Amino acid sequence: MALKIVKGSIDRMFDKNLQDLVRGIRNHKDDEAKYISTCIDEIKQELKQDNIAVKANAVCKLTYLQMLGYDVSWAAFNIVEVMSSSKFTYKRIGYLAASQCFHEGTDVIMLTTNQIRKDLSSPNQYDTGVALTGLSCFVTPDLARDLANDIMTLMSHTKPYIRKKAVLIMYKVFLKYPESLRPAFPRLKEKLEDPDPGVQSAAVNVICELARRNPKNYLSLAPLFFKLMTSSTNNWVLIKIIKLFGALTPLEPRLGKKLIEPLTNLIHSTSAMSLLYECVNTVIAVLISLSSGMPNHSASIQLCVQKLRILIEDSDQNLKYLGLLAMSKILKTHPKSVQSHKDLILQCLDDKDESIRLRALDLLYGMVSKKNLMEIVKKLMLHVDKAEGTTYRDELLTKIIDICSQSNFQYITNFEWYISILVELTRLEGTRHGHLIASQMLDVAIRVKAIRGFAVAQMATLLDNAHLLTGNTQRNGICEVLYAAAWICGEFSEHLEDPMQTLEAMLRPKVATLPGHIQAVYVQNAAKLFATVLRKHDGETESQAAQETSQLLIDRLPLFVQSANLEVQERASCILQLVKYIQKLQQKNVEVAEEVTALFAGELNPVAPKAQKKVPIPEGLDLDAWINEPPSESESEDEKPKAVFAKEEPKHSRSRHTEVDEKELARRREVRKQEQANNPFYIKASPSSQKVYDAPGVEHIPVVQIDLSVPLKVPGMPMSDQYLKLEVERRQKEKAERKKKEKKKKREKRGKERKADSGPESEEDITPAHQVDIVTEEMPENALPSDDDDKDPNDPHKALDIDLDKYVPYCRHLQFIHVLHIVYDIQGNHQDESKVVVSVIFENKSDSFLKSMEFNVLDSLNSKLQRPEGAGAHDSLTVPFQLPPGQDTHAFLFVSSVSVSIVAVCIDCFLMQSDESSTHEKLDFKLHFTCTSYLITTPCYSDAYAKLLESGDLKGSSLRLEGINMPFHHLLARICFHHHFSVVERIDSCASMYSRSIQGHHVCLLVKTTVSIDAKCDEPSLLGNVLDEIKQTFSKC
Amino acid sequence: MIKAILIFNNHGKPRLIRFYQYFAEDMQQQIIRETFHLVSKRDDNVCNFLEGGSLIGGSDYKLIYRHYATLYFVFCVDSSESELGILDLIQVFVETLDKCFENVCELDLIFHMDKVHYILQEVVMGGMVLETNMNEIVAQVELQNRMEKSEVQVWASI
Repeated sequence: MALKIVKGSIDRMFDKNLQDLVRGIRNHKDDEAKYISTCIDEIKQELKQDNIAVKANAVCKLTYLQMLGYDVSWAAFNIVEVMSSSKFTYKRIGYLAASQCFHEGTDVIMLTTNQIRKDLSSPNQYDTGVALTGLSCFVTPDLARDLANDIMTLMSHTKPYIRKKAVLIMYKVFLKYPESLRPAFPRLKEKLEDPDPGVQSAAVNVICELARRNPKNYLSLAPLFFKLMTSSTNNWVLIKIIKLFGALTPLEPRLGKKLIEPLTNLIHSTSAMSLLYECVNTVIAVLISLSSGMPNHSASIQLCVQKLRILIEDSDQNLKYLGLLAMSKILKTHPKSVQSHKDLILQCLDDKDESIRLRALDLLYGMVSKKNLMEIVKKLMLHVDKAEGTTYRDELLTKIIDICSQSNFQYITNFEWYISILVELTRLEGTRHGHLIASQMLDVAIRVKAIRGFAVAQMATLLDNAHLLTGNTQRNGICEVLYAAAWICGEFSEHLEDPMQTLEAMLRPKVATLPGHIQAVYVQNAAKLFATVLRKHDGETESQAAQETSQLLIDRLPLFVQSANLEVQERASCILQLVKYIQKLQQKNVEVAEEVTALFAGELNPVAPKAQKKVPIPEGLDLDAWINEPPSESESEDEKPKAVFAKEEPKHSRSRHTEVDEKELARRREVRKQEQANNPFYIKASPSSQKVYDAPGVEHIPVVQIDLSVPLKVPGMPMSDQYLKLEVERRQKEKAERKKKEKKKKREKRGKERKADSGPESEEDITPAHQVDIVTEEMPENALPSDDDDKDPNDPHKALDIDLDKYVPYCRHLQFIHVLHIVYDIQGNHQDESKVVVSVIFENKSDSFLKSMEFNVLDSLNSKLQRPEGAGAHDSLTVPFQLPPGQDTHAFLFVSSVSVSIVAVCIDCFLMQSDESSTHEKLDFKLHFTCTSYLITTPCYSDAYAKLLESGDLKGSSLRLEGINMPFHHLLARICFHHHFSVVERIDSCASMYSRSIQGHHVCLLVKTTVSIDAKCDEPSLLGNVLDEIKQTFSKC
Repeated sequence: MIKAILIFNNHGKPRLIRFYQYFAEDMQQQIIRETFHLVSKRDDNVCNFLEGGSLIGGSDYKLIYRHYATLYFVFCVDSSESELGILDLIQVFVETLDKCFENVCELDLIFHMDKVHYILQEVVMGGMVLETNMNEIVAQVELQNRMEKSEVQVWASI
């Protein structure tokens, strides 16, 4: 043996260590990959050796290679070997490697449970620490279930180093195994007041993380946090608590009122910027939550805005960034206070830092009003011209569109201006957002009827100059705009001045270079234009123009008929045949215009994006039911049956070919037609009724006639600027007119002088230049306007939405009406196995102060309260704290006990009514010690387990549970958790479980999926009791 | 929560990567490349916060970084962390490295990646801040190193 070790050490000297590996890689810069592959071969050899030192060294090198991007999961088993080394040095290497490359899919993880449990209970705190750190990175639902109890015990470890790690890791355990939250919560809460600041901070951290996702369950902790906030000096803890309050205040406005003062004090007193910033943030959150009820906090708002202004003006870019970030939160509820700092924010748009510019842009979004929209957009357009880098420019572009289109174009007073802005944006080079501009053009043209004439003219110009947009291949993102242009010109062609010219532009040979879907729109709309031209020349006999148009189409369309794109080809050949037929009719002097126009009659109304989803499922329709007989098993080896309809995942979208005979097809077609005819949501070919829906926000947009006295074109300026100029003039004119009316006596000249010093206009004074008729989007008639379709059902935090104030089924509760509420929990003591720990939570339910409580415990035959040294057998135990009304706190009792028993306890307590009067009350109750409280989760290997069963010392008994329909692993989890068992082995339909009582009795269970439990134990009375308790647990659910 | 901690040099070579959420190795490399691309083009006098990493996280996440000589220290965090707090934490981490390695430089990180990991483990655990007091961190790291040394001595004596 000694010889082997010596040999191992000598071998080791010749192995490469991590440093050698790094050096080697640096020396082989040219053929790094080749060098590494030889290293990996060496590592594979090293891993085959028995010497753990060699293995650990190899695993350490693998961790380095993993960082370089090499998959090292093939060595997972070796990593587990190194983790189980008894030496801390190697164990640490193993756990580090595991934390870097293990994940839920790693199958060897299930081999680690017992090793980790052993490490967690190691006498060496660093073994425990390393195991906790590693586990925090790769904990799986199974590990969480099996180890939750062990970790919970560690939360009360004597060493703060372990306590804080155990507290932190609980959050990960909750995420993977939500059932553990409820029983662990009292202990977690108690850690908020741990004497060690590190543990306290960890507990605050975990509760903040929990509360952020489900704040309402943690409202009851607010007084405790409030106390911590006023007492703690640790900035980290303060920041976390203050952030937590930010999440809680929206749910409890009274809390917010209480917070304002201490937070304001902190803002004034602290020198730490991080703390100041979080205080301001939370004050903002408070103000937002109060804004509806309490208008009297303008001082606080002013303070926040003022502090933020200081941050924004600071030379430190980080503070500037955060200032803008917080400003955007105020903006939502108190836009007026922010708008006065518009200058500052516009200034930030010029900042060299992109992050800051983006933040400033965000702010602008909320700062626009009818009054300043044009001005702000003009400034942004200047930036678009200057901006370097397409990302930022694209960001600007989307922002401009967002700003203008927000809340149903609420701030746009002049849609001609908006169309011109959109047209200007099409000149942007290399943007990816062509489709965005296009959809805006379509949206405006469809929904604002008054603007159609203008829009059509602009679009016709765009089509005419299409070569400018498509000339450069790099700019092809923008050619999406032509899609919109072509459609608008076609659909609203009655507004075109010269449809013939546009038609010609749409049929140029160059068009064939555009993407297929755009060509398709071109072809279709060429037909619409054709109809318009025919109608124009309707009535003229032997119209030259009409026939020329037909000829034009017949000449140009064949180009599209040859298109590789099916859609284009199909539409082109269809229309070509139609035109040929029309030409024949024209030659016979038949009136065709009306009939051709009828092809494109009717108007399409916009449909809301969610409309399809909101169509209610008709009664009696079962979407999950089979339409056809399901195909036989053999046909669908690669696809799971049923999944096609049950799931909406794209991979299943491939349609299945089922063979149906012709008759059946014809019949179905008929049925479908019928259905469509009866379906109000199906867009029919017949002209739909011209429904105009009233938008909820439309009424307040005043309607004015178009001010035609305004000249439309000012030479020498970009288009949109003209509008800005005209708008300013128009407003001044209006104002002047108003003034004239108000003060008829004054002369016009004096009125003009006045405009320089007139105060800011109010929003209502600004009248739109256009008659705006914004058509809202259609929704199905009986759709419910719910907004929670956006929630992600896969959010792991959803499972943690547990009402922690509700009574816990597995802690026992006692309530003395109006006075005291007591929750207690009994657990075996890991440190001293002859004792159990009773944790008790007292909650003062009365309105008065509870002072000097005393526990009087009557020891029973087999259980004894552990009293302080020197105390007599009947002395009472003083509870070391006082309870203010409404608060709760914890205490521990140590009880030496051997088996099932009931301990009678009596509490003497003094109720302080006020300073003078007090009452004394005596409350009796009993603590029930169930026998599974004496079981301690103990790992057991399957071979030892088998031996134990073979030994024949155990007596058996069995139990059937009726009416249980929970998944098997849940069932196991429950037994593990509530009765302190651990899973030894699980084979398909059954699992073997083990636990040990504090007196060393073994309990073995065999649980089957048929929900029968066979139990064996060397103590028959314990056996019966355990089975009874398990039965009780499951009868409750 | 902290989602990832990345340390790489001015050329984008990783010196330490620590993901608190699982990503396959090739994805990890892609994230490093993207992050490097985002961070490296920024001047030293702009702010230390960055939004818009597309591969990791999404809208709730932010990159918070510091640039020291040849190294970038990047933390990817969600909105539950205080931005300035994390900046302080990076500073604490770097100062701790400086104390443990005595005038830390890139070479220390290159050759002792494992040790850097062990130090980081005392600062951040499973994506949550464990300890911010530098003296406490250094003390725990040293105690563990001493333990390792004593084990090595046992080996040498055999």
